[in-house]
Amino acid sequence: MNDLLVADAVSKSFGNFKALNQVSIAVPKGSIFGLLGPNGAGKTTLIRIINQITMPDEGRVFLDGQPLKPEHVRDIGYLPEERGLYKSMKVGEQCLYLAQLKGLSKSEAKQRLKYWFDKLEIGDWWNKKIQELSKGQAQKIQFVVTVLHQPKLLIFDEPFSGFDPINANLIKDEILQLREEGATVIFSTHRMESVEELCDHIALIHKSNKVLDGKLNDIKRQYKTNTFEVGLQASNSDRVITEIKNQFEVLPATFKNLNDDVKLNVKLKEDVSPNDLLSFLTAKAEVHHFVEVIPSASDIFIQTVKNN
Amino acid sequence: MNHLPLIIKREYFTKVKNKSFIVMTFLSPLIMIALFAVVAYLSQLNNDKQRTISVLDDTGYLTNVFENTENTSYTILNGLKLKDAIELVKEKEDYGLLHIAKIDDLDGVSDHIRFYSEETPSLSVISGLEQRIEKRLNEMKLEKDGVTLAQIEAAKTNVDIAQESYTGEKSSKADNVVKLMFGGAAGYLLFMFIIIYGNMIMRSVIEEKTSRIIEVIISSVKPIQLMMGKIIGTSLAGVTQFIIWAILGGVLMVLVGFIFNIDILAMQTQQQEMAMQSLQNSGMDQKVGEFFIAFQNLPMTNLIIAFLFFFIGGYLLYSSLYAAIGAAVDNETDTQQFMLPILMPLVLAVYVGVFTVIEDPHGVVSTVFSFIPFTSPVVMLMRIPFGVPIWQQGLSLLLLIITFIATVWFAAKIYRVGILMYGKKPTYKELFKWLKY
Repeated sequence: MNDLLVADAVSKSFGNFKALNQVSIAVPKGSIFGLLGPNGAGKTTLIRIINQITMPDEGRVFLDGQPLKPEHVRDIGYLPEERGLYKSMKVGEQCLYLAQLKGLSKSEAKQRLKYWFDKLEIGDWWNKKIQELSKGQAQKIQFVVTVLHQPKLLIFDEPFSGFDPINANLIKDEILQLREEGATVIFSTHRMESVEELCDHIALIHKSNKVLDGKLNDIKRQYKTNTFEVGLQASNSDRVITEIKNQFEVLPATFKNLNDDVKLNVKLKEDVSPNDLLSFLTAKAEVHHFVEVIPSASDIFIQTVKNN
Repeated sequence: MNHLPLIIKREYFTKVKNKSFIVMTFLSPLIMIALFAVVAYLSQLNNDKQRTISVLDDTGYLTNVFENTENTSYTILNGLKLKDAIELVKEKEDYGLLHIAKIDDLDGVSDHIRFYSEETPSLSVISGLEQRIEKRLNEMKLEKDGVTLAQIEAAKTNVDIAQESYTGEKSSKADNVVKLMFGGAAGYLLFMFIIIYGNMIMRSVIEEKTSRIIEVIISSVKPIQLMMGKIIGTSLAGVTQFIIWAILGGVLMVLVGFIFNIDILAMQTQQQEMAMQSLQNSGMDQKVGEFFIAFQNLPMTNLIIAFLFFFIGGYLLYSSLYAAIGAAVDNETDTQQFMLPILMPLVLAVYVGVFTVIEDPHGVVSTVFSFIPFTSPVVMLMRIPFGVPIWQQGLSLLLLIITFIATVWFAAKIYRVGILMYGKKPTYKELFKWLKY
């Protein structure tokens, strides 16, 4: 078994509204799995099912090969999008309480909290009340509480919202570090640049159905159109452009580049290799820029949602 | 994994350590006692007020009826015309003028008595005057028919019916008063407890929703565990508060009475005074003794056990509903529409208890309401001092427990769905739909 979490044909309805329709996902061990989808697609419902907050109407969920059972809450750390803490409770007390709910003993929780508080340099918050902290500071506490019991599976729903860029980076590094230490991460967000940066697998849910999933690179390969960005310097640029246009399919290009006279997107036919294009170009002008256009996660997201 | 003790502990200590809770715990008895003291002081002031009432008796029958008392003195006016008498009384700033018009026929006198005053006279003054005049006129009429005063005195009889059940248990009126006090106190205590701490539970559920911690919590524990932990923790905090109130209230009561020299226990309304007077007729000492005996006569073991079971059962039943309401709404203002259906049976129970149980503790209405689970805790607690067969208590308790389990199940369903619902105020129809999620 290489998948830590498997959801098998999970469906869930609320009254007449079908929130999830036969959704299956498999989250490989040690991966960072991006769970994507427009607002209201059903991501949160799926996450809640994994956390056993809601029960699925149909389908089954397995964690580490076993059907999901109540004891598994210890193996999962969940940072919900709608999150908060008891406002009038002290930070330390609150962390201990939440850690104990996840099955840690008090002394163990204390020890690990000390480690994390030192690591994030927030040791002096211990006796403060949550309402005395800023939103970002409270988020940090929340992050610590989520990972404290060293779960096998971490689920982050929009983990970076509310953080300034410095702290967002800090948290990102912590997530990567946790993955290094063996945790598997499910990551739900609308910020495509973080998907690009972090995820190696993704699944896209749209209107209660899974419409796409797999390794991010495989998906990108599927979605690429054999198009190349070309930047040239030539004295007679107009003639060069006409010659390329006669030979290849050319689209307008918008990439940023210093002092290129000619900027083009060139789409190649199936049987044409990039080398053919390159040798054609080197014969006509000086090639300064030659990159394959890889669709971004954002492009794939928008395109898939539009097509469905 | 049982997190119940952990949750109870947290709920208890957050409540108890809460500033407003502490302030309320120590301030409320102070405020109550202060109010009590003020009222006692004011009514004493009122009682100490001196009044002078002038009497113009044209018949001469009633002149010697009016003896001065501690607070009221009477001036007998003679041979004045009514008009002049009123002028005189006004000038003297007397409390008022009692005029008995000249009627030859003794039977007609009662229709021609009038009280003149600046302001509407106090009810107790008028009824005091009426009592004296009635007594005197009765005696005069009897004397006219040839009955002597001594005969009248001798004819006065006082009846006190002794009560005994078929099984030989003796009881008295004092017994009934003690029973009523016990039952009433138990029922009222439960009522207050439900309202105060039910609300507290509801607020604490709403707080978890608005602070959005709820989703983090229920990814670790089952919602029903959280709900039960909340109910039990809050109740323990409530019991703590009640005990402190009782101790503090008692101590302060004695203290205030000592300092201000106000006999708080002697504060009485008019009615109580009359009741006390009728008691005095048959000897106060004997009555006090009867109260003690009545105390001992109470089925104490039964009372205490029943109190515990019905109190806990009734409280849990209602508080789980409060928790469900808290889960269904986003903020306290939205709770109103759901509060009414909870408060109605509760208020009904108290009304039935106060009006019906006193009248007839074993009548149809009392009996029926002591079986209906939503009213049974209050009504049954009021009935038990009067002796309720064990099978009835058992059956009522069984019904209560069954309903309690059903309510908790129902509340847990609403709770489970409601705590994750934000934004809109649910309707009853929607709540019903949630039961099926």
